[in-house]
Amino acid sequence: MLNLTAIEVKNLVKSYGSFNAVDGISFTVNQGEIFGLIGPNGAGKTTTLRILATLLQITSGQVKVFGHDLEHEADEIRKIISYLPEDAGAYKNLTGKAYLEFIAAFFGNGRRSADIVRKGIEIANLGERINDKVETYSKGMTRRLLVARALMIEPKLAILDELTSGLDVLNSQEIRKLAKKTSSEGTTILLSSHNMLEVELLCDRIALINNGKIVEIGTPGELKRKHNCNNIEDVFVKVVA
Amino acid sequence: MKSVTNIIKKEVKELLTPAALIPIIIMAAIFGSLGNLIGGAGEEATKTPVIGTIDQDHSKLSTVALAALNKSAKVVYNGSSVSEGLTTLDKEGGIALIIVPAGFGERIMSNESGEYQILWIMKGTGLMDTISSSNVDVTLQFASASVSKELIDRHSSVNSTVILNPTIRNETTVFKGKEMVGISPGLIAGFMSQQALIVPLIVLMVIIMAGSMVISSMGTEKENKTLETLLTLPVKRSSIVFGKLAGSAIVGLILAVIYMIGLGYYTSSISAGAPIDMAKYGLTLNAFDYILVGISLFLGLLSALALCMLLGIFAKNYRSAQTLTMPITLLAMIPMFAVIMLDFNTMPLVGQVLLFAIPFTHPMMAIRSLMFDDYTLVVGGIVYEAAFAFVTMAIAVWLFKKDILLTGRLRKGEEKLPINPLWRAMYKMNRKRPR
Repeated sequence: MLNLTAIEVKNLVKSYGSFNAVDGISFTVNQGEIFGLIGPNGAGKTTTLRILATLLQITSGQVKVFGHDLEHEADEIRKIISYLPEDAGAYKNLTGKAYLEFIAAFFGNGRRSADIVRKGIEIANLGERINDKVETYSKGMTRRLLVARALMIEPKLAILDELTSGLDVLNSQEIRKLAKKTSSEGTTILLSSHNMLEVELLCDRIALINNGKIVEIGTPGELKRKHNCNNIEDVFVKVVA
Repeated sequence: MKSVTNIIKKEVKELLTPAALIPIIIMAAIFGSLGNLIGGAGEEATKTPVIGTIDQDHSKLSTVALAALNKSAKVVYNGSSVSEGLTTLDKEGGIALIIVPAGFGERIMSNESGEYQILWIMKGTGLMDTISSSNVDVTLQFASASVSKELIDRHSSVNSTVILNPTIRNETTVFKGKEMVGISPGLIAGFMSQQALIVPLIVLMVIIMAGSMVISSMGTEKENKTLETLLTLPVKRSSIVFGKLAGSAIVGLILAVIYMIGLGYYTSSISAGAPIDMAKYGLTLNAFDYILVGISLFLGLLSALALCMLLGIFAKNYRSAQTLTMPITLLAMIPMFAVIMLDFNTMPLVGQVLLFAIPFTHPMMAIRSLMFDDYTLVVGGIVYEAAFAFVTMAIAVWLFKKDILLTGRLRKGEEKLPINPLWRAMYKMNRKRPR
């Protein structure tokens, strides 16, 4: 795999008044990599993901996604990314299929759009229920639909906030496999998670974020060795506390 | 009891927010000033009417009639020239020139009703504007009663029917350069009010229905957490704004049409009994006028939707979105009542500025203005509506690019605490650290 840079973040600061939600973080993510941001609530993970997803403006610093400057080329970045928020929902009055068609229409017409929807239906794996209205779905079914929505367009960068939020063990495992497969097909994945096992299983590299700053970065193996710990959760506690 | 108090406190704290209070305070202030305007027009009812008189008959009965008019009205002109009389009335704020033509007394004495010629100077077409002409009606009735008394006292040979109704009228109304023969200001104002009721009601319904669609759409997007996804799709912010506006406008129009069909049947069944052919007085619209009305209505709707979109940006969820529709409803109700009760041209300057500034006013009064060829007001209104809609939409698109769309007024203290006890402790510890 070519070691080209997908994301380049330099001294990123995001302030709300005098409060720095993100406080001068820098990191890079290589193409095809699965990069995990982990940290407690309020550490700045979601803010970072929202900035990279072009939802929030930066206070200072620089962010580049596949060479596109975030501040000046947000429209270009939106063409190549897919963002899955932690507590995202879908339009309740649409059927699952209609929702996927609605999203696919932004990425292509005719056959291209139909192909995207076909892939989305396959990823969602909801069977006949794909033709039911979203309002009838369980939390897990909705999450599967949303994961399908995020991955069906084969984005160059998938930004996934709490990928398996609301899913049971079996569904979570299936979705993680899907994320791995998507990554192996060339999609770069930036994810955040509270699930340390998930992070350890999925991520090529991890950044520990706390109080708006990155306090440690490396592969799961490197971090465990460096801090002489058996798992990432122990590393996290040791580093942050 | 303590529990109930606790719940009441919580409810009041949650519901009584600046966002809920400020629009109501502003609207109360606007309604207050509107009340002053209507109250000012209402004072007209107690005023002595200002008139002019011309006696071309010089008989005993015409003298009696004019003496009665002098008693019950302020006569600012009593001469022989119609043009001079009209000029004086215009200068003195008079509303009617009453001419007693030659042969008035002779006709009555030969058992025919005597005829007054009345030249009305109409000032406005609002319901409140016709109060002063109603005062003149009362004055004329008093004059007729005086003539009846004179006939009973001195001329008992006159037919009793003529004694009871000794006078009839021949009326001509002059308004904005139009001379309308055979019609009184009351009839014109009645017809105009009928128009003025239906059109503003249509505008009001369209604005409320389409407007609430836009605001609710924003509230629902936020509540269902679909907005974030929408904003990361490869689509321009302006396209999202226009798409939402157009979609809401279509749904709002469909709902309004359904509503108005029902209201149309209702009003036609009421007004079917008293049709007035206003075409013979030149009070009609041509094709160009209808195009102007359409443009004004479209731009009024666009302004309303853009304003709703701006408010919707501040909606936190569906419930708060419902609250935010209230200012728009009130803002549309103000011009509706004002247009029904008052004429824009006879309002004080403050009232005119206030009404002109509300973009929904213009489609509401477009038909009335065009009937009297007041193109300046209609075209000026259209230009203002277009500017208002453009600026409001530009602000909405600009806000769509800002953090406020997602972050709203979220404060640090509103952030959720982690469920995991270990992480919660660390989170709190981090919060205590000096920054």
